[in-house]
Amino acid sequence: MSALQKLSELTVGTHALVREFPKQGSAFLRLREMGLMPGTTLTLVRTAPLGDPLEIKVRGYNLTLRKSEAEHILVEATNPSPP
Amino acid sequence: MSAETKSPVGTRTPPVYAFVGNPNCGKSTLFNALTGLKQKVGNYPGVTVEKKIGETYSQHGHPIKIIDLPGAYSLAARSPDEAVLRDVLLGRREDTPQPDRIVCILDASNLERNLYLVHQILDLGRPVILALNMMDLAAKAGLEIRVARLEKELGIPVIPCEAANGKGIVELRLAMSRTDLPLARHAWDVPAAIAPAVSELAASLHENDGKAPLSARAEALLLLTDQDTVRVTGSKPLHPRTCEIFRSWQKRWEGEGTDWAGTLVSSRYDAIGSLCSRILVRKTNLGPNVSDRIDQVVTHPVWGWLVLVGIMSLLFLSIFTLAEYPMNFIDARIAALGDWVKSAMPQGDLRNLITDGAIAGVGGVLVFLPQILILFLFIGLLESTGYMARAAFIMDRLMSRVGLNGRSFIPLLSSYACAIPGIMATRTIEDRKDRLTTILVAPLMSCSARLPVYLLMISALVPGERVPLLTKAGVMVLMYALGTFGAFGFAWLFKRTLLKGEPPLMIMELPPYRLPRVRDIAQHMAERAWMFLKNAGTVILAISIVLWFLSAYPKAPDGAPPSQQLAQSFAGRAGHALEPAIKPIGFDWQIGIGLITSLAAREVFVSTMGVVFNSEGADESTTPLRQSLLKAKWPDGRPLFTPLVCLTLMIFYVFAMQCMSTLVVVKRETASWRWPLFQVAYMTGTAWVVCFIVYQTGHLLGF
Repeated sequence: MSALQKLSELTVGTHALVREFPKQGSAFLRLREMGLMPGTTLTLVRTAPLGDPLEIKVRGYNLTLRKSEAEHILVEATNPSPP
Repeated sequence: MSAETKSPVGTRTPPVYAFVGNPNCGKSTLFNALTGLKQKVGNYPGVTVEKKIGETYSQHGHPIKIIDLPGAYSLAARSPDEAVLRDVLLGRREDTPQPDRIVCILDASNLERNLYLVHQILDLGRPVILALNMMDLAAKAGLEIRVARLEKELGIPVIPCEAANGKGIVELRLAMSRTDLPLARHAWDVPAAIAPAVSELAASLHENDGKAPLSARAEALLLLTDQDTVRVTGSKPLHPRTCEIFRSWQKRWEGEGTDWAGTLVSSRYDAIGSLCSRILVRKTNLGPNVSDRIDQVVTHPVWGWLVLVGIMSLLFLSIFTLAEYPMNFIDARIAALGDWVKSAMPQGDLRNLITDGAIAGVGGVLVFLPQILILFLFIGLLESTGYMARAAFIMDRLMSRVGLNGRSFIPLLSSYACAIPGIMATRTIEDRKDRLTTILVAPLMSCSARLPVYLLMISALVPGERVPLLTKAGVMVLMYALGTFGAFGFAWLFKRTLLKGEPPLMIMELPPYRLPRVRDIAQHMAERAWMFLKNAGTVILAISIVLWFLSAYPKAPDGAPPSQQLAQSFAGRAGHALEPAIKPIGFDWQIGIGLITSLAAREVFVSTMGVVFNSEGADESTTPLRQSLLKAKWPDGRPLFTPLVCLTLMIFYVFAMQCMSTLVVVKRETASWRWPLFQVAYMTGTAWVVCFIVYQTGHLLGF
């Protein structure tokens, strides 16, 4: 089991499990409603050409979020080496 | 089943269905397929959210009314679009009937997230039909959906469709024709931590706000995730007692550390997850799909930019050059019509009113149509293929520097051609404040109507008959840069002061790439064009007639040259009245007349200067007009159009709000006169201040 890390610092292509998720803030509530919450698995698909925002795959669809939100989400990589 | 399933199908009032679904689920295609051209498109009063109501027929030929509600991810609204959806479904809007029944459209290839909204809607206790759209895409993605099982689990009709291929429409119509729509079996346990609060709130909503028991419970649940952040005009506020109960629970939870909203959302997703485990069979993973492969190029650090620049250049060039042909055609037709009326009618005020006022005014409105149509063709293509979201994804980082997000990029870019279609395109921006900021700064982008003014001034600026290409290009680039920096600077300022809000978000779905639907795009273009003609067009026409009147009256004695007529008209007098205000920036009353008449459209400045300085053939070429301008003098004999004044005048046109048509469209898009008036004040104010600094500094330096 690998250690927790920020979603914003994940390597592209990594699958990860969401462990800690902020409780407050309308952005995080919306992310939850979009299906991202503790216990969800995600894949970091890519970052935008300028490094921000991020694109993740969650529950079978692709979602973008900015690093400013992603750095508050702690995840656990499930395959540390990208495929 | 219960009293609420009573259906008016077959009785006199047609039943009202609401079409509800996530963005990109194919809802509009389905709506168009059912209603065809029997649609009424308007606005919800007070907000700029499109209101679409259509009519179709049941299998027995009875009319059915359909409200196509805006796409949303949740009833907990985060944008005006979602707020309208929520308020219509909850019967909070007085201007729209509460729908009797709801058709939920789902993207079958993305079932889990699509079911979240459905889960909230089933709480409402109304008859619901599920339309599982894009079944073909789900199959392609290796998903098998047990439709019969889902129908059995929920106890409501579930219709598999492929709206884009016309499949499932008949079955959906059949289901909508049923008189006995059942209510969903929708038993799910509200988490224990928040259950007492939900019952207490539901009781108060029932007693104090007069809600039916089931919808009171739904609203109570909704309150936990929706603190009504997006209030829109036209919806009824809650009873103070209900608010009080909610606040006291909130306080208690905060003390205990209960994450009430999070608990509620996860319990919904838990219920959805367990449902999906029974109805969804995931076949082997097929690896990267077509969209993934396209995205590897389109959002690539190098190729991505090339694609973006390529598409945007094409968009820009089309608006700029392709629109020119129909625009010239319209101009020519209008001129021919004017000439025909001139030859057919006796000379007089009525003839002038018709030709110079009304016909010219209609021309001034129609001439915008080609640009609007081309822009919305592009926007329709970009939206429906899914590229729009990618463009926003790529541009977000740059736009975030000034506090906007990637969605503002296309409206701002389009404003280089003309601010009107650009402002009309801001509807794709979800956040109200981001949208307003974009609208406020869009007219600072140098539009094509400023070009004739720039060209005339550049020709007067440089000595010699021919302007060196490099000077011309250099000054042009300077003007465009000035406008662009101005727009971004003001966006930055507004987002920090006037329209300060939540930190901007970029939580956006990147939908799979799809082939565009020509019919949907064509319909959308037609709607936009009609909306412009109907709402903005009439006002623009009226203003054009007023401006014509101001320059045609009072009449000069017969035989006076046109310049004398203009000088003694209301516009001319206004120019005189304006002189004290514009003298500090180097302009005299004659330029003042141009500033007033060019409120109709900036390029009118050129023709006005032609009349003011008695230059024949000014419309044809700038050369004779340039000569006349250079001969113009102040009463004390100083030349009027010094290079410094020409430069100042260009800068004035960069910043000043010199376009009534834009103001009318801004009024239309912001639903109030407050914002267009603010725009006049800040833009023209900035123009004056910048010109003052430039002119006075230049003057001191001896130019």
